[in-house]
Amino acid sequence: IHNLKYFKRTCGEIFELKAELNSDKKEKKKEAVKKVIASMTVGKDVSALFPDVVNCMQTDNLELKKLVYLYLMNYAKSQPDMAIMAVNTFVKDCEDPNPLIRALAVRTMGCIRVDKITEYLCEPLRKCLKDEDPYVRKTAAVCVAKLHDINAQLVEDQGFLDTLKDLISDSNPMVVANAVAALSEIAESHPNSNLLDLNPQSINKLLTALNECTEWGQIFILDCLANYTPRDDRESQSICERVTPRLSHANSAVVLSAVKVLMKFMEMLPKDLDYYGTLLKKLAPPLVTLLSAEPELQYVALRNINLIVQKRPEILKHEMKVFFVKYNDPIYVKLEKLDIMIRLASQANIAQVLAELKEYATEVDVDFVRKAVRAIGRCAIKVEQSAERCVSTLLDLIQTKVNYVVQEAIVVIKDIFRKYPNKYESVIATLCENLDSLDEPEARAAMIWIVGEYAERIDNADELLESFLEGFHDESTQVQLQLLTAIVKLFLKKPTETQELVQQVLSLATQDSDNPDLRDRGYIYWRLLSTDPVAAKEVVLAEKPLISEETDLIEPTLLEELICHIGTLASVYHKPPSAFVEGSRGVQHKRLPARAGSGESAESPDTVSTGGVSEAPPAVIPSQGDLLGDLLNLDLTPPTTTGPPPPTSSMQMGAMDLLGGGLDSLVGVLSNTMGASFGAPPAVMPGSFNAPVSGGLSDLFDLGGGVGMPMGAYVPPKTVWLPAMKAKGLEISGTFARRSGVVQMEMTLTNKAMSVMGDFAIQFNRNSFGLAPAGPLQVLTPFTPNQSIEVTLPLNTVGPVMKMEPLNNLQVVSQVFLATWKDIPNDNESQFQIKDCHLNSDAASNKLQGSNIFTIAKRTVDGQDMLYQSMKLTNGIWILAELKVQAGNPNYTISLKCRAPEVAQSVFQSYEAVLKN
Amino acid sequence: MIGGLFIYNHKGEVLISRVYRDDIGLKLDIQIGGVQSKAPGLRNAVDAFRVNVIHARQQVRSPVTNIARTSFFHVKRSNIWLAAVTKQNVNAAMVFEFLYKMCDVMTAYFGKISEENIKNNFVLIYELLDEILDFGYPQNSETGALKTFITQQGIKGQTKEEQSQITSQVTGQIGWRREGIKYRRNELFLDVLESVNLLMSPQGQVLSAHVSGRVVMKSYLSGMPECKFGMNDKIVIDKQGKGGASDDAGKSGKQSIAIDDCTFHQCVRLSKFDSERSISFIPPDGEYELMRYRTTKDIILPFRVIPLVREVGRTKLEVKVVIKSNFKPSLLAQKIEVRIPTPLNTSGVQVICMKGKAKYKASENAIVWKIKRMAGMKESQISAEIELLPTNDKKKWARPPISMNFEVPFAPSGLKVRYLKVFESKLNYSDHDVIKWVRYIGRSGIYETRC
Repeated sequence: IHNLKYFKRTCGEIFELKAELNSDKKEKKKEAVKKVIASMTVGKDVSALFPDVVNCMQTDNLELKKLVYLYLMNYAKSQPDMAIMAVNTFVKDCEDPNPLIRALAVRTMGCIRVDKITEYLCEPLRKCLKDEDPYVRKTAAVCVAKLHDINAQLVEDQGFLDTLKDLISDSNPMVVANAVAALSEIAESHPNSNLLDLNPQSINKLLTALNECTEWGQIFILDCLANYTPRDDRESQSICERVTPRLSHANSAVVLSAVKVLMKFMEMLPKDLDYYGTLLKKLAPPLVTLLSAEPELQYVALRNINLIVQKRPEILKHEMKVFFVKYNDPIYVKLEKLDIMIRLASQANIAQVLAELKEYATEVDVDFVRKAVRAIGRCAIKVEQSAERCVSTLLDLIQTKVNYVVQEAIVVIKDIFRKYPNKYESVIATLCENLDSLDEPEARAAMIWIVGEYAERIDNADELLESFLEGFHDESTQVQLQLLTAIVKLFLKKPTETQELVQQVLSLATQDSDNPDLRDRGYIYWRLLSTDPVAAKEVVLAEKPLISEETDLIEPTLLEELICHIGTLASVYHKPPSAFVEGSRGVQHKRLPARAGSGESAESPDTVSTGGVSEAPPAVIPSQGDLLGDLLNLDLTPPTTTGPPPPTSSMQMGAMDLLGGGLDSLVGVLSNTMGASFGAPPAVMPGSFNAPVSGGLSDLFDLGGGVGMPMGAYVPPKTVWLPAMKAKGLEISGTFARRSGVVQMEMTLTNKAMSVMGDFAIQFNRNSFGLAPAGPLQVLTPFTPNQSIEVTLPLNTVGPVMKMEPLNNLQVVSQVFLATWKDIPNDNESQFQIKDCHLNSDAASNKLQGSNIFTIAKRTVDGQDMLYQSMKLTNGIWILAELKVQAGNPNYTISLKCRAPEVAQSVFQSYEAVLKN
Repeated sequence: MIGGLFIYNHKGEVLISRVYRDDIGLKLDIQIGGVQSKAPGLRNAVDAFRVNVIHARQQVRSPVTNIARTSFFHVKRSNIWLAAVTKQNVNAAMVFEFLYKMCDVMTAYFGKISEENIKNNFVLIYELLDEILDFGYPQNSETGALKTFITQQGIKGQTKEEQSQITSQVTGQIGWRREGIKYRRNELFLDVLESVNLLMSPQGQVLSAHVSGRVVMKSYLSGMPECKFGMNDKIVIDKQGKGGASDDAGKSGKQSIAIDDCTFHQCVRLSKFDSERSISFIPPDGEYELMRYRTTKDIILPFRVIPLVREVGRTKLEVKVVIKSNFKPSLLAQKIEVRIPTPLNTSGVQVICMKGKAKYKASENAIVWKIKRMAGMKESQISAEIELLPTNDKKKWARPPISMNFEVPFAPSGLKVRYLKVFESKLNYSDHDVIKWVRYIGRSGIYETRC
């Protein structure tokens, strides 16, 4: 209890402490240092005591020494000059006969990020890496990673990397483990260096160490193994065999890392192999065991199981019961369990699942109840035999009149109607009774959809829809759009009575609305109806495709990447590391290895199907944000030569991976008119072109000013824009190049489908450079399977596409702008002044737009015009700018934010040049 | 890897803060109520966690929180929050395992994790954190090994041999045991501790049931003994049955149990278990958990709860609950407690029970019925009348399940320890000289019957 006093000190005692620190008595000194550390912990500034504390460093009392070191680690950075006083003691300690002190010294030195100390670290570190004591070596191994973090060049110059590599063959397993951890970390920031140099021999060493080192060491080694790609299925199997015993480890992280290695290497095993089946069976029990761990780990495990179930549903298909929710589970565990229950639901277990879900729907937590109700709907869609029971369960729940339960139920019943048309419409009457209690947009929209879709069976459909129309402008966009469509449907079904209504809604949508989506849709309907009512009927009332049974599936390539990250944060967030890790780490995208034996046909359709995922990417129930998806039921438009407008999926991608270039990327929507490509997502040009920054800048400039570019300019290599998997077998890779001053898009089209393709067309979306095709796309037809064609498409930068910028993209862009702006750390912000510029904000904006710097939003604050602008260099670097223009003041202020702060200066110069020109 | 580790009290004050990496908490914009605070470096990671998690209005929705591209992992022990912070794509399972381990280590050093204990031992905690986490990488965290050189008494007068013994143990293959342990009496205790979990429908149908068991060993053995543990694992017995005498296999085959899955302390040689299914190890000294296991087949459910809830009008509930014990009459169950939830608008309760004591606890919204002891194959009953205040709350009462606690002197999974052999070739004691004790305790885990 006596220690409590350290925390109870008030300020003004620095002086007192100083005296105590300089005391002759050892005990008193130690007490004083303790007090200093206590103050430090609660956040008081005790840096003034630096020299006095450092004076206590030379002591043979290990405990005191550790305290002083702790102090040093915290304050050395703020007092670099005085920190140098400590160097001598450090160096001396690194020679101490006691290995614990040697290790302590080298460990602490690595934590002090002061250049002068770092210089002195090299010699002791070199000795410690070869120390006779394993404890010192294992500490030194980690120290190399620390040093690399401070000064990477120094580590390379001093040859520490080689020494570290040698430690992988060390006799002590813990040294091996730490060396692996350090090397893995260093390798992450050098994606292309072959640092780890994994080969069968080194893998063998790692596998041997795996059996002997601590639980943490096992995790380091397993995580490192997961990066290796075996040469063939035999090697893959032998590694798997040696990793499987880890599944019985008490440490869940060891288990999950082992699961990661196995899930990855399993990809290479032929499916008919006996061992493959054995392995599948071995994976289930440890995954289930993870659910009896502490709740936080359960959560991590469940997030991972969610991925595993999507990748290989067969592993856990019999384990439904363990995912039943317990009354006392924390809410985060409950929600995750529910997700997995839906995924595992099948005909065999549906009765049990439904009974459980019904039970959950009466719980307390609102989110959980909603999800449970939604899950009942999912079950209906997934297991046809259960649909009837699900619907009656949902009706029971609607009878409870609990507001959010009713609304949720109506949303899912809409989906059930889409899956089983003409089967359950008898319940519509019950639904209509609850019309007034709906206050959430999604539920209102669902109800309106139902009324419109089944207008002919609802006698007072017109009255119902009319009642919504009164507050049309107060509704959310989702409801407005749905209402518009529903009334048009109603009109087409009962033209005589509803003419007035349809005119009312069309004028509300087209004349009184600011929403471009709504306006556009209104105009489309209007024109359709006025030109050809029969065609309108065919389009609007066309039979809709059934929605698929699986919902919320993670997109396959992302799923593959996440499988490679099992156990890590990425698998918890279900996002690639690049979405939440800054800098170069984690930018590398991991891939699952291809199955052995398939050789070059790795991407051929038949391997796609053996991957365990169904062949066609399944359509997903439109989510809340999917406004365009249901427009006119556009997914059924008759074949035309242009592709559909970019589906919202590209917006979602943009939001998820802002840097990756989803924003207004140079998208070429390519479409062949085989009548099958409607669902194909647009090709998004990957953001990384690896062009040097300066080159990118001059590109921007050239494009803007129209100055020719010398021959032989850098042409980035072709990258795959559209993998075959996503576009019914058409793979497109390509690049942009400038030859003889003409910008060209060079593409390689490969037909990986089984049939002949023809009739190609290309459309460019609005893009920052105003790029548009200067000639038609010429593709030799017929395009036979497995044929590749090189196509060169000349481009110009005065594309008409740019001039008729679809307004509807604008809102999205400005939201994304805001998100991106916030997302870039403030460090990267730089401010500049542009002097003597006599343009007003509009003129400036126009002028900049001429040079492809787009104004996204404008607002006026205190007489200042703020222009928010964005530009993208051809190498994928995004620059966001805020330009302040004050009327009458010729000096502009510009703030630039960019992930690569180095370019800010050059961008500023370009700005200045453009504005003053 | 882990960028920093913080310990907070319930008010969000920092008790311990150890930063391992510079990337965290330098300049962090945090989102407060959705509004971006623009001043750079206004608050650091420490505050971000306090504002967004400890002081959050809502219940914690996830043990992992991402604030301004920084990830926070947290666990809570009584009033104390432990938070690990990182900016990288770390192994999330490892971070949580480490936080639990950290709690174990602290408990082993100074007992309960409380604000007072943490403040009293802050120097020790810093010393431990320096040792078990290096640059965010967990290092040897076995208390047995740590206690040899982190003592808070200062290690004076160590000889060179002693020092190198410490380091070789901390880094060695058998990091959990030191050499040269001597006992006059070689003794070991095995506890088979099981918790039986049940979820039953009101009609008495088992919705899910499983036993999660632990074998805890206390070993007081000299030297570096090699141990082998055997139990009535179905796979092992079936294998032996094939090779051995047939009648023997028939007899023991009945008593064997199917283990769904098991995990072991790091002392157990996993590759040997994988290939031969034999459990061999050199045990740590003192108490530790040898293995955990899970079974779902042929579980003996020690109690059956039969609920009967009747709503009489809108202001009254009649509850009758019968419990039946289902094990040998010679055995006694202890610490029996049945918890019958009551609606939130309960105004009064009358209880009559045949055995034990029952009480309505308004603060817990439940009737708690306690019975000290109950023999096998017996039956007891409680009936209660619950009076309700009339409410206009539309939402029905959620009817939480009736839960039960108890302790029984057998293993509900049917697990039996067959042998634990000890070999120490270098010292002169044999397996026969070791005194061995085995005890079975079955406890209720989550034992619920819906009503």
